[in-house]
Amino acid sequence: MRRAGGGARTGRRARAARDTAVTGTTDTGTATDSGPAAARAAEADAGPAAARTAEADTGTGAARTTDPPRTHRPATGIRLEGVTVAYGGNTVLDSLDLTVGPGEFMALLGPSGSGKTTALRAVAGFVRPASGRVFLGDRDVTDLPPHRRGVGMVVQQYALFPHMRVDANVAFGLRARRTPRAETAARVAEALETTGMAAYARRYPRELSGGQQQRVAIARALAVRPDVLLLDEPLSALDARLRSGMLAELARLHRELPGVSMLYVTHDQVEALTLADRVAVMDRARLQDCGTPHDLYRRPRTAFTASFVGDANLLPVTVAAGGGVEFAGTVLDVPVPASAAPGASATLCVRPHLVGLGDGPNVLRGTLAELRWRGATHRLYVEVGGHRVEADVRELRETPPPGTEVSLHFAARDAVLLPAGAGEDEGGAADGRRRAG
Amino acid sequence: MLVHSRRARVCVWAAFLVVFLPVFALPFLVIVAASFATGWSGALPSGPTLGHYRDAVRGDALDALVTSLLTAAAASALALALGTWAALSAHALRGRARRAMDLLFMLPVAVPSVVVGLSLLVAFSRPPVLLNGTRAIVVLAHTVLVTAFAYRSVTAAVTRLDPAYEQAAASLGASPPYVLWRVRLPLLLPSLSAAAGLCFALSMGELSATMMLYPPDWLPLPVKVFAATDRGALFSGAALAVVLMVTTLLALSAVARIRTKATYR
Repeated sequence: MRRAGGGARTGRRARAARDTAVTGTTDTGTATDSGPAAARAAEADAGPAAARTAEADTGTGAARTTDPPRTHRPATGIRLEGVTVAYGGNTVLDSLDLTVGPGEFMALLGPSGSGKTTALRAVAGFVRPASGRVFLGDRDVTDLPPHRRGVGMVVQQYALFPHMRVDANVAFGLRARRTPRAETAARVAEALETTGMAAYARRYPRELSGGQQQRVAIARALAVRPDVLLLDEPLSALDARLRSGMLAELARLHRELPGVSMLYVTHDQVEALTLADRVAVMDRARLQDCGTPHDLYRRPRTAFTASFVGDANLLPVTVAAGGGVEFAGTVLDVPVPASAAPGASATLCVRPHLVGLGDGPNVLRGTLAELRWRGATHRLYVEVGGHRVEADVRELRETPPPGTEVSLHFAARDAVLLPAGAGEDEGGAADGRRRAG
Repeated sequence: MLVHSRRARVCVWAAFLVVFLPVFALPFLVIVAASFATGWSGALPSGPTLGHYRDAVRGDALDALVTSLLTAAAASALALALGTWAALSAHALRGRARRAMDLLFMLPVAVPSVVVGLSLLVAFSRPPVLLNGTRAIVVLAHTVLVTAFAYRSVTAAVTRLDPAYEQAAASLGASPPYVLWRVRLPLLLPSLSAAAGLCFALSMGELSATMMLYPPDWLPLPVKVFAATDRGALFSGAALAVVLMVTTLLALSAVARIRTKATYR
């Protein structure tokens, strides 16, 4: 257990140091709050595995050498090649290609029915693909039954065995594999320690709260030391407060288990952005986009990604002849890719919180339709040329009444031009979370 | 509560007693009263005695009771094993195959037990399988008759069982037999013991098929009750019936205790 504790401390220190380096601030609290996105900006360059290797070098390396089970085994990634799953003619997963690197934390993000859980179940072996292959490391596991795949799985409803105490639940996988008794006991203790559930070893699952049950479910999956950990909406059954606590726990686990590839299915963008090294966005049985959370948020490639990962204004525009784009009679100065021909239609994506009130570059003039107080911010809904533009501005001391003529502006570098027609089904501004519900 | 006003509640209770007492309770009370009597010519039985009970728990009657208990235990154990096996298999089947399985196990319920008895008698009265006149054919008949009930109640439980448990177990590396033994069967235990209780009770009271099949050295208690009343010994028959009833109830409450322990473990 020395390993886990030491790993947590040094890991946290390394992460804090990295955050500080990136954000350039000495206030650790602030660094941690804005941390994940900022830290990943650094990781985006070097790749997540490299980032973690660097982290290991900063202090945990020595401690890890005392832990033979992980170091002597090569880490295993996940690879899906053209995996298609259909139920009675209804395609629920359409030729998915996805690679999760060894030790990488990949989030599968998408609304209900987008195929994300099916993808996870295909990796676990609970659905058989109609076509395509599933690899764990170099092993083709497509035709292997679930119990031969060596993946750990944690599901939304925990699925703890109600007739076994916590320790027996955690020992289950080890006993099924006929692990020697002494080793089983040691590993159960370790897994319970890692998840902070050691004090509850002799309880029955029904005597635990939801959050505690989820910890036990994670401990149970970790006890068999899987190379791959699959998490299917593990936090969605928890209330908001527990959820944020468990988010931090999962982030810590990911740091402490650098050899474990994790595939995390969620419809919650906050979970995906906070935890994942990379996020795969899915919709209608297809992979829409895949990249680091930072990339997806800053540079979405599709309107769906833009609206599902954070809020977005999606404005139908035309590429102007002299550079920039034209929207509602105004030419806006935004970066236009060389491939876009003048006169072509496109969709402009601007995040509401990057839209400012008043004059500046790229001004949009319109009528204030609605104003909503959101605590620290006000959300403005402004009609510009028949389109509704949303802007989140710092709480206004004096609020203009609806009907007032207002100006909005945004910086050229905060706008992303998406392919034409991409915003059709979104109808202007869209809120991804609403669609997810 | 469905009925709120006090008056309505009194009415419902009255209606319940009017229906319940004559239909359910009275026949049992009459049997119990008769088992202590030597005559019943007026409104109430007369000549109270414990003699019928003295006869009912010794000699032939005791043998018959033991025969019934052994038959019921063997038949319900076999029925539980077969019914559970079939229910688990049927659960893995789909569409038409599953419906065929359901139908197959409905047959012994739909067909009168006399017919089941007759068919076994005809089927096993000549070689290669000659069971006529053996104890085994009685156990077999009971098993055929009660397996359907085991199948039905286990099927209902298997359908309700959350597949997440077995999937979690499989993802932890447990082979299907291990999952069955360590996860599915323990989780099904409450339903299994309920099914066992039901089978046991049904077998204890089985008469019509048994009548056609029992060998002279394997005479279950219901046959003895029937024989006693048939020759006019109503009061000793009543005592035998009460012994049968009480024994079955005791066995059922023992099984129910297992069930409660399994549920709240």
